[in-house]
Amino acid sequence: MGRRARPAEGSCGVKIRLHHPRRDLEISGRRRVSGILTELGLDHEAFLVIRGDALLTSDSEVGDLDEIEIRPVISGGTTDEAPCAA
Amino acid sequence: MRRHRAAYCAPHFLEFFEAQVHRAITTQRMFRPGERILVAVSGGKDSLALWEILLRRGDDATGLHVDLGIDDYSQESRERTEEFARARGARLIVVELRAEYGMDIGTLAEGSGRAPCSACGLSKRYLFNKLARDGDFTAVATGHNLDDEAAVLLGNLLHWNMDQLARQAPVLEQTHPHLVRRVKPLYRTSERESAAYALLRGIDYVIEECPHSRGARSLLHKDVLNRLEAASAGTKQAFYWGFLDRLAPVLRAGGPPPVLRPCGQCDQPTTEEVCAFCRMTARAAARQSARASSLP
Repeated sequence: MGRRARPAEGSCGVKIRLHHPRRDLEISGRRRVSGILTELGLDHEAFLVIRGDALLTSDSEVGDLDEIEIRPVISGGTTDEAPCAA
Repeated sequence: MRRHRAAYCAPHFLEFFEAQVHRAITTQRMFRPGERILVAVSGGKDSLALWEILLRRGDDATGLHVDLGIDDYSQESRERTEEFARARGARLIVVELRAEYGMDIGTLAEGSGRAPCSACGLSKRYLFNKLARDGDFTAVATGHNLDDEAAVLLGNLLHWNMDQLARQAPVLEQTHPHLVRRVKPLYRTSERESAAYALLRGIDYVIEECPHSRGARSLLHKDVLNRLEAASAGTKQAFYWGFLDRLAPVLRAGGPPPVLRPCGQCDQPTTEEVCAFCRMTARAAARQSARASSLP
């Protein structure tokens, strides 16, 4: 269980920023993006993983000292099916 | 992109996404070059991505942002939208719900007894049409994407909302002289693709969710569909596009669209004597004044 994510405290693992609510985590060891999402229990369809300005694919690898953002893509959204203006 | 069995580098993904939107506009005959389009812009990834593409295509696309008065969320949404417009020299109309109607969306929902998402949807539909009519726009474009439409379809099927199923389409035609055509150029592309497009184009959009959307039924439907998509890539596309190809024509042939008439108070098209928006604002205003008069 040494790879379990924990709150970031200034050590040198992979730093991860999450949203909803905004928070930071850190995990140690090199691994694939898909593995990180699975480990965090996140739906692969519902998030983008970003490093700097670059969008990472699911088979990209990240390691110690990397800082990544896991950004949700799902919006609530109101519907638009009424026949009239109001 | 599992549903397309394809992997693109950034430049080719941008090309792919823009081509999908262009294809949606042309194959569905959403609008022609030169038409005046009003783009409903919330400050989120979908609407800003849509506006970006229309501007890049050279369309005459003016933004419309409705400030719902939801504290920090609305302030951030408005700032991102205004910054986007400023950076591109694009025309933007901003309407403040509180300034126009004396109530923010929370007060309007509470006072009318509607759920916030319902009050928000009704207010936006009303204002989009009103502003489009006032400004002589020929179409209102919204950022509804494949995920939004698939989630709405699932909800409509689960409850057999036949009237709403018959009307669900990428183009809601003008069925009354006062009703402006509504179009959804992102119906072919997923929510994830919109977010990727916005990121790769450097669009600074609002990431945080509307605080009122927590627990919304649409999010549950999206979650279910995403689980199906994870198990079988292409499910959402097959579900919604299949509906458009096979069931929607049958439902539309089942009867004429509802008869619309001008609202007795505001002149907007409605199926009732007084439109739902006028009824909602009147009810909320009455409750607000009853509360004020009961204060010591």
